[in-house]
Amino acid sequence: MVEVGLWGALIPLAGNQPRVQVEARDIRELLRKLVEAHPGLQEPFDEGVAVVIDGTVYRDDWSRTLPDGAEVFVMRRLAGG
Amino acid sequence: MGFDPSYQDRKFNAVGTRPKRPDGIDKVTGRARYGADFNMPGQLVARVLRSPHAHARITSIDTSRAEALKGVKAVVTAADMPDLTGGKRSAFAILSNCMARDKVFYDGHAVAAVAAIDARTARAALKLIDVTYDVLPHVVDVDAAMAADAPLLHDNVFTRGVDPRPETSSNVAARSEFGHGDVAAGFAAAEVVVERTYKTEQTHQGYIEPHACVASVNPDGTAELWVCTQGHFVFRQTCADLLGMDVSKLRVTSSEIGGGFGGKTHVWAEPVALALSRKAGRPVKLVMSRDEVFRASGPTSATSIDVRIGATSDGRITAADATLRYSSGPWADAWAETGAMTSFACYDLENVRTVGLEVLVNRPKSAAYRAPSAPMAAFAVESAVDELATRLGMDPVEFRIRNAASEGTRSSYGPVYGPIGIGPTLEAAQAHAHMQAPLGENQGRGMACGFWFNFGGQTCTDLNVNADGTVTLAVGTVDVGGARASLSLVAAEELGIAYDRVKAVVADTATLGYNDMTDGSRGTFSSSMATISAARNAIRVMRERAAMTWGIPVEDVVWEDGHARARTPGQGNQSLSIKDIAAKSGNTGGPIAGHSELVADGAGVSFATHICDVEVDPETGATRVVRYTVIQDAGKAVHPDYVEGQYQGGAAQGIGWALNEEYIYGADGRLQNPGFLDYRVPVCSDLPMIDTQILEIPNPNHPYGVRGVGETSIVPPLAAVANAVSNAAGVRLAHIPMSPPRILAALDQKG
Repeated sequence: MVEVGLWGALIPLAGNQPRVQVEARDIRELLRKLVEAHPGLQEPFDEGVAVVIDGTVYRDDWSRTLPDGAEVFVMRRLAGG
Repeated sequence: MGFDPSYQDRKFNAVGTRPKRPDGIDKVTGRARYGADFNMPGQLVARVLRSPHAHARITSIDTSRAEALKGVKAVVTAADMPDLTGGKRSAFAILSNCMARDKVFYDGHAVAAVAAIDARTARAALKLIDVTYDVLPHVVDVDAAMAADAPLLHDNVFTRGVDPRPETSSNVAARSEFGHGDVAAGFAAAEVVVERTYKTEQTHQGYIEPHACVASVNPDGTAELWVCTQGHFVFRQTCADLLGMDVSKLRVTSSEIGGGFGGKTHVWAEPVALALSRKAGRPVKLVMSRDEVFRASGPTSATSIDVRIGATSDGRITAADATLRYSSGPWADAWAETGAMTSFACYDLENVRTVGLEVLVNRPKSAAYRAPSAPMAAFAVESAVDELATRLGMDPVEFRIRNAASEGTRSSYGPVYGPIGIGPTLEAAQAHAHMQAPLGENQGRGMACGFWFNFGGQTCTDLNVNADGTVTLAVGTVDVGGARASLSLVAAEELGIAYDRVKAVVADTATLGYNDMTDGSRGTFSSSMATISAARNAIRVMRERAAMTWGIPVEDVVWEDGHARARTPGQGNQSLSIKDIAAKSGNTGGPIAGHSELVADGAGVSFATHICDVEVDPETGATRVVRYTVIQDAGKAVHPDYVEGQYQGGAAQGIGWALNEEYIYGADGRLQNPGFLDYRVPVCSDLPMIDTQILEIPNPNHPYGVRGVGETSIVPPLAAVANAVSNAAGVRLAHIPMSPPRILAALDQKG
């Protein structure tokens, strides 16, 4: 079980919870279970999402595992210049 | 992907040296082919008809007179580009921006386009297109657009991110909020509070090369596009999606690029050129004029930002709050959200809140501009931080060090930081001779910090060992700042051969697997990782060939200094150079190559600290930058010249943004200064030598420790220059650009 922080725009879509508990081994499972619990998250996830694990941003590597006690945060997939 | 990207401490031979760039001679002799330098037999010339109105409903378009003109081969409007976006909001915004549908949303918005046998005929045809408009009220100012009685761009926009959903539509497309702690309690504990509103005007990336492409669609549905872009694979995908083409049938080749800075990560006219070619059945060349680049490509947001910061008298920040309003153009994006995330990212804050508001205005669709959204947020926050330090009687560097984020800090945008480099850049600034240098009359010094995320992404690279032992490296990330030199150094390092034995090229979309574009400071970070991986795969093949030659197990062959060497007892000191192995490759299994496809995640966040001295003329309000220093962590500088070039270029662009550059709209909503004469970017004579200090704190997620360096350098300059000008003038400047009239007005107000 990991505690996951959500970026501001997601909080109203997740029952106004800034942090949620999810049982997930990797990013792929995390995102799937978040949408199962809160279907409203599907649209912002489709627009682009990134997951931060212990301070490192992962935008594409959905196989990345979530270590026990990891600091996990879901944020928008941002654009660079 | 079978590749371990972890940092490996090693001694470098090639990496860290400064050889000449392989594209240098072509560029200085005029042989380099930019977007407008490509031509095809039988090509037509395209011209675009653009809206003269800031906001209007299109009631009719009649193209019949233009189509009847001799020499006109095709005319397209939105009717030729049907909506295939399937309800995807961002894709529909791109389509609507490339060609207006029922409404025009800004001065310069494309309405129709013509392909003709020459430019003269195409221009004449534009005059024969009859468009009738129902002109609507417009709004261009970010604050005015939020007023209750402001003209609405869309009647179906209800602010997202607000619960419950608003019952009335507005120009505020979205709201986002970040932060933690108890901000009210933090301000209650503060002994000094600074509060101010800041504004920044809209600026353009100012790349020297306008957008240009040649599109050729064949009758069988296959097509080619030669284009100036930061990401030809992304352009291929976007154009194919918008026009209903199979991705595999569209081959995109990127030209040399005369600057992009984010503005060439978006399509503007390329889908239109393809639509024209499809209709005409001939190649079509479309080159935007400078006027069109300003009016109808994507500048950055104009902003209006409220900042409030409180601290105790011993210099510890107790609370920070900011509301950031960013103009987005006619369609929603995440520019304010990004500003809200970056604004306080440099600091370790117990109580912080930021709110971002995306505001729709009748201006061009806002686009990425080098660390998009961060410079404006940093301007507001770093100005307030500086003012707070002054109020506390503290040295501005010491105040920042006392409050700087470090490993374990919960960032203002949510995640907890791993190892980060803000502290070392501040400490280097504190120790830098620039901070102690004397100032003259009317001179002032300012400093500021900046943050940017940095990204990696999907990357695919091929490394081919040629029969003579030279190496061709094919990469899919466009070279915007010396990447071919840097990646050649990486290949040379890994293979153990000389730099000039490697030739790096940017391959087209039919040659390599998908690559994300060159944005997010990712070009060298990502493609060097893929190059290392590809080189190691090629080395494995060459060890196998040597083992075959000697009849020994491959495990007994090592690769050292560009040679395969036998390590089996009794084999003596046998070795084969890469040249030897390549020469025999036809008899040992065929061509030798290394391939890599990977996701380069783990770029790591980036910080910089800048120091600036200016001299303000109290008679004219003109500002001269007299000294400038950039300090930034590169992880490992692969080619230090181009790392320094990125630092200097970001500072130069930021200085222009801070002092001169500004979109100026008339009361009619039309852009008044769409040219480099009236929109003045800094030239060499406006700038001092920009000194750089490269810090090398290895990135744990890259084999050589590399970090992206392209963007962070534009984050601090607006604030560093503003702090310097404010110190020189003796009055706080809170409106960018600090052009002479604004500085004179501030001096007058001061008395």
